[in-house]
Amino acid sequence: MTAAIEFLDVSRVYGEVHAVDRVSLTVQAGEFFAMLGPSGSGKTTCLRLIAGFETPDTGSVLLNGRDVTDDPPYARDVNTVFQDYALFPHMSVLENVAYGPRVRGQRKDDWRRRAHEMLELVQLGHFAQRRPSQLSGGQRQRVSLARALINQPRVLLLDEPLGALDLKLREEMQIELKNLQRRLGITFVFVTHDQGEALSMADRVAVFNRGRIEQLDTPRTLYTRPATAFVARFVGGANVVAGELAQRLSGRAEPFAVRAENIRLRAPAAPADANSMSCLGDVADVQYHGAMSRWQVQLESGEVFAAALPDVSSNGDFKIGARVRLEWSRADAVPLTAAE
Amino acid sequence: MRALSTFLYRRPNFYVLLLLIPPLLWFGTVYLGSLFTLLAQSMYAIDEFTAKVVYEPTLATYKQVVTQPANVDIILRTLSMAIAVTIACGLIALPIANYMVRYASARGRALLYVGVMLPMWMSYLVKVYAWRLILAKQGILSWMLDTVGLGAGLDAVLRIPGIGGPSLSSSYIGMFIVFVYMWLPFMILPLAAALEKVPESLLQASADLGARPVQTFRTVTLPLALPGLAAGSVFTFSLTLGDYIIPSVVGAPGYFIGMMVYQQQGTAGNIPLAAAFSVVPIVLIMVYLTLAKRAGAFDAL
Amino acid sequence: MRYRRRRWNEASLGARLAAYAVLAFMHLPVLVIVLYAFTTADRTYEFPPPGLTLHWFEAAFARSDIWAAMRLSLSVAAVATVFAIILGSLTALGMARGSFRGKESITVLLVLPIALPGIITGIALLAAIKSAHLDPGFWTIVAGHATFCIVIVYNNVVARLRRLPHSWIEASMDLGADGWQTFRHIVLPQTASALLAGGMLAFALSFDEIIVTLFTAGHDRTLPIWFFNELFRPRERPITNVVAVVVMIVTFVPILLAYRLTRRGSE
Repeated sequence: MTAAIEFLDVSRVYGEVHAVDRVSLTVQAGEFFAMLGPSGSGKTTCLRLIAGFETPDTGSVLLNGRDVTDDPPYARDVNTVFQDYALFPHMSVLENVAYGPRVRGQRKDDWRRRAHEMLELVQLGHFAQRRPSQLSGGQRQRVSLARALINQPRVLLLDEPLGALDLKLREEMQIELKNLQRRLGITFVFVTHDQGEALSMADRVAVFNRGRIEQLDTPRTLYTRPATAFVARFVGGANVVAGELAQRLSGRAEPFAVRAENIRLRAPAAPADANSMSCLGDVADVQYHGAMSRWQVQLESGEVFAAALPDVSSNGDFKIGARVRLEWSRADAVPLTAAE
Repeated sequence: MRALSTFLYRRPNFYVLLLLIPPLLWFGTVYLGSLFTLLAQSMYAIDEFTAKVVYEPTLATYKQVVTQPANVDIILRTLSMAIAVTIACGLIALPIANYMVRYASARGRALLYVGVMLPMWMSYLVKVYAWRLILAKQGILSWMLDTVGLGAGLDAVLRIPGIGGPSLSSSYIGMFIVFVYMWLPFMILPLAAALEKVPESLLQASADLGARPVQTFRTVTLPLALPGLAAGSVFTFSLTLGDYIIPSVVGAPGYFIGMMVYQQQGTAGNIPLAAAFSVVPIVLIMVYLTLAKRAGAFDAL
Repeated sequence: MRYRRRRWNEASLGARLAAYAVLAFMHLPVLVIVLYAFTTADRTYEFPPPGLTLHWFEAAFARSDIWAAMRLSLSVAAVATVFAIILGSLTALGMARGSFRGKESITVLLVLPIALPGIITGIALLAAIKSAHLDPGFWTIVAGHATFCIVIVYNNVVARLRRLPHSWIEASMDLGADGWQTFRHIVLPQTASALLAGGMLAFALSFDEIIVTLFTAGHDRTLPIWFFNELFRPRERPITNVVAVVVMIVTFVPILLAYRLTRRGSE
């Protein structure tokens, strides 16, 4: 089956900086695909390479099997929802939404009708004659969605679309977007720096770091089996154990990761378990997060471990300054390929 | 159409070249070409006997400009006027700019800004002419001074050599007043912009530490406003240096650089001398610009 | 009136007076001209004016030499403005974005006509005209004016273009519009006001231009040149005053409109 999007060894270089460093990836048709990473990791540049706002310095970009590397944005079957929505202020909401059909030469009656339909789809039917400046942030976002979808593109690109919304609105939009994608069946490519968003919405996530993809997997795999130290830390904030400590605890030199939720707190004198690794430390900080609490425990060797435990009364033994034994089963130690 | 658009999209440098060729062609031939011709002409000389231009490169004309006492007089006269005007504009601009920025209400400030910009929008020649009327023998200024009994004082001032003249409208002091009037907005606006950049908190801190308003102004505001003053002075200096209309209309008999240039190309037909003379302001302005840059003028612009 | 204690950061009465005195100084001369246009005295600059009349306006309108100069000024300004709009916009479009070799030099080149004193431009153009054995006339005047008019339009348009968010252009292309369509639907509507403002400024400045024009006009007389000559041959002074008022209005109004346009556009 032809992939919706394919990158073959794509690089984009600005002077000395490799914004995108020899990236290859495949996005399947109908997928909800997320590109996750910190600022400057290259995820937005990759999005722009798909859309056609940037041209790769090496490699090729394929859409539906066709090489579009040199094609301008208006020649690609891709539409974008911009981070700042990019609504045209000198046009009404209706004219904004109808822009695509209009510049492609459709007749006025046709594009007016279709634009009204799209506005109904995003529940903004009554706002057709308003100007973008008269709308709220959430409304503007829906207009830019309608404007992009009216062209029935094969692929919809979203550049951190929920960043400007408050928490409640963001959560609502996450559900709406997911439903929309399921209903329309088109490929969504979503850029975000929020790992919670990526994990909850995407079918597959590509984790970017310094212009490269460190891991491309389903959310569950990324979370339970991170491949590198960066992924382990970025997605879910796991503890990364490396160097001497790793050698001592696991018997091997390779670094490994342990999730905070998999760490148990024991009294220092508690007996060790053959199936577990353990080490001693002092509680440096405790944070209350409602259902769970997070402990920061500092080992003698200096490393700080995070342990997350449900809120039960026995935790009262482990106050700040107390000596504790950290324990986790060997199976929960995930080997990593690289530590930073 | 779309194919052409795509072709240009793929070649951004070619597209920019296409856009810039017509204007650059114009600028290159009309403007740069003229400047080079001017430079070239300044290196020729007039044969004294035939009064025709001798097309041989020589520095004789430049030598004439910088060594002949009459010419040196002209240059020094123009230079001193430019400096005097600059200082006067700076002194007058300070109180109004300071008031505009620090004390005026929001509406007052808008009014003052527009009020300062308005004269800049009015015809240059008309303004010069207006001053000729005001300074004339029976004009407003004379009438005002006579009414308050200072008429004799005016005559005394006019008799002072170096700044006086036959009448106000043909004296150095008259010229000085007109120059200051003309370039005042060019000094006020950059100065106001620089003063705006001085944070209010600094002035409050100064007052908090015990300084009176005048002291604060002298020790805090003024040094920080220096880039603005330097920027404004670039305008007043260069505009005065090159002007020939004002000296002609409201001028004392003594020549200024601009007048020399205008006159030499006209009746005398001595373009090389005119060209050489016109290079002098360029050099002086360049020198001034380097000084002004040190004082931070370019940051204020 | 009770004496109110002055706050520490409020201006003294003296400071306020000084500020407004300077402002008055800056405006009075023009008011004087307007007053003189109505005076009944015909030979002197007498103040106060012995009487007021509209007679000189009539006389001025009857003078054919004034009309000839006015026509020349208007046509020069119109042609120079057209050149300025076309070439200035092209320059702005090319320079608005991106970097390429020589961009800084071009920026310096575009500042020169305004930065160098007018007399330099004037004598340079004259030197070039004489070297090329051309006759000074309509087109030499236009050439001089158009040069700085181009810069004025360029400054206005490029400032507006640089404020245009690049995402709008990308969005337009993303939705299917090619470069030309994007220009027509997005760029042009947004920059129209800057273009208009620049054009009006250019017109006003060309109409009022005297410094360079005196060098490039030869025997032709624009209205400012007519005016300048009258200053030295006081034939009918009050008519000169009338012409001064007319020149002022013709140059002031476009600049005011341009200012309002630019203010509105930046909001």
